[in-house]
Amino acid sequence: MSLFEFDAVTLSFGGITAIRNLSFHVEKGEIFAIIGPNGAGKTSVLNVVSRVFDPNEGQIRFDGRDITKVPRKGVADLGIARTFQNLELFERASVIDNLRLGRHRFERGGTWQSLFNLPSHGRREDEAREAVEAIIDLLDLSPWREAMVGSLPYGVRKVVELGRALALEPKLLFLDEPASGLNSEETRDLSFWIEDIRRDLGITIVMVEHDMSLVSAVADRVLCMNLGSRLALGTPSEVQANADVIAAYLGT
Amino acid sequence: MRFRYHTRYSDARKLLPWTEGRVAYLLLVLALIAAPFVLQRFWVGELSYIFILAIASLGLMILKGYTGQVSLGPAAFVAIGAYAHALMLDAGVPFAVSLCLTLIISGAAGLMIGLPAIRVSGLSLAMMTLAFAVIVEHVLGRWKTLTGGFSGLPVETPVLFGFRLGTPTAFYFLCLAILIITLLGLVNLMRGPKGRAFVAVRDSEAAAWGLGIDVARTRVEAFVLSSAILGLSGALMAHHVQHLTPEGFGLLLSLELVLMVVIGGLGSLRGALLGAVLIGFLPRLISMAKPLLPAQVSAQFGLEIFAYGLVLAVFVLFEPRGLEGRWQKTKAFLTSFPVYRRDTFRRQKTYMRSERLK
Repeated sequence: MSLFEFDAVTLSFGGITAIRNLSFHVEKGEIFAIIGPNGAGKTSVLNVVSRVFDPNEGQIRFDGRDITKVPRKGVADLGIARTFQNLELFERASVIDNLRLGRHRFERGGTWQSLFNLPSHGRREDEAREAVEAIIDLLDLSPWREAMVGSLPYGVRKVVELGRALALEPKLLFLDEPASGLNSEETRDLSFWIEDIRRDLGITIVMVEHDMSLVSAVADRVLCMNLGSRLALGTPSEVQANADVIAAYLGT
Repeated sequence: MRFRYHTRYSDARKLLPWTEGRVAYLLLVLALIAAPFVLQRFWVGELSYIFILAIASLGLMILKGYTGQVSLGPAAFVAIGAYAHALMLDAGVPFAVSLCLTLIISGAAGLMIGLPAIRVSGLSLAMMTLAFAVIVEHVLGRWKTLTGGFSGLPVETPVLFGFRLGTPTAFYFLCLAILIITLLGLVNLMRGPKGRAFVAVRDSEAAAWGLGIDVARTRVEAFVLSSAILGLSGALMAHHVQHLTPEGFGLLLSLELVLMVVIGGLGSLRGALLGAVLIGFLPRLISMAKPLLPAQVSAQFGLEIFAYGLVLAVFVLFEPRGLEGRWQKTKAFLTSFPVYRRDTFRRQKTYMRSERLK
């Protein structure tokens, strides 16, 4: 059984079909990339998984369980984290607080303890801080630890968002265009981190990405989408050589 | 220049890490304790009123500054708290019990408005709260059998553990104590998980959902907490004015409260306090400045509303981050004095977020 299965899913908004009978599965420990021209439905796949939209048909199974009935706030509890194409950070909070919010699923309750600042609350806060510091170490964020996110350069924000998703301690991580807006050096750093995240943290990664250099460097398998349906699926070199894929990108 | 060196994580949780800060706050508290014995009776009453406004301002800051929900009718919850407290005292409920029940009643009123408010935000929410405030004011005016209508409702003197708190000095200390307790509670709450969740909902709902924060529930919780505190300030306000009339909780009070949090600096409890002090003293400053103004100006009606508008315009133009922003800048200037960089607080470019999902 695969860790994550997308089973004959269709999503349409009125007359527009964003995802058309799409099926694929992601194995545990895999790095899976989704590519495709603009408007192919890549981000819609992520939005269906994070329960922003209800699919019209089909099942999405995670660990063998259908998640299309899980409430939107419950997706994080399953161990599924995501980042956003155009950054959805908490801009008027510090980097530390952004990462702490990544751990929100472990921090529910305890409101009364925090109101009176009881010792048990202090211990919880310190434990959360320790977990967050490990991520700061991994992603080299220590120079910006206390900085407001709103004052950081774009490349750093991207990393903070990745860190926030990791703070959730996910089993499955969705990255929406992690390399967009990054320079080539930052993209190289990112490819090393993605490898580290898989190897050291054991997190399965699904990423939507346009940068083929990153995709070929890290992805095990690639799904190419066009107009909401599957065009090709295979190793990066297979997909790049596929005639349909070339036609979709360059036109016939 | 100086830096904070932490050797353990609990160091980061200290409220006042520096000795100067501890000394400054100690002096402030001592000064506030000494104030009623030094100042004239009138100013003791004025200070008590500022404390009450500060509690209300803190309550509104939770809603507006931390969760980013615009409310133009906070006075409605102050009114609900004031009338509920006065009526319960009338019915013979002890003061302390009545105060706790006021928290619950005004919190419940917040729940009533907060639940439909899940579906609206921004301008629509502002209009909804404004409408609620107008309705509350009118109901209080018309429901004569309960509230005494426009002729008003007298409020009994507070009695706490057998002590009558009728003198201005006793009431001053009551207000100060409740302000400090409210402030400390909110400081703790806002730097804990709940406060972080509030900020998350304010800055990005899409990301908050993705992290497992129940955005709808969090927004309602902020509404309830905020209205409960506004109601608490209303209970004290009832004792301050001693005779409740609906006009006392009209749009002008709502306007004052909104100005306090905006001018104080959104997203900061200190800002809420600074805003309350400034807006609370403004009417006194105007009446003190009147003899200095030309006769045509000082004889004008509604000078206060003009001054509110002027202060708001000046802040929006020159200090959008409010008094709190000014405070941070002054502090940064003083602590890094010879090497202060002019652009430290320059506003940064904000990156576009087009993928706004509800």
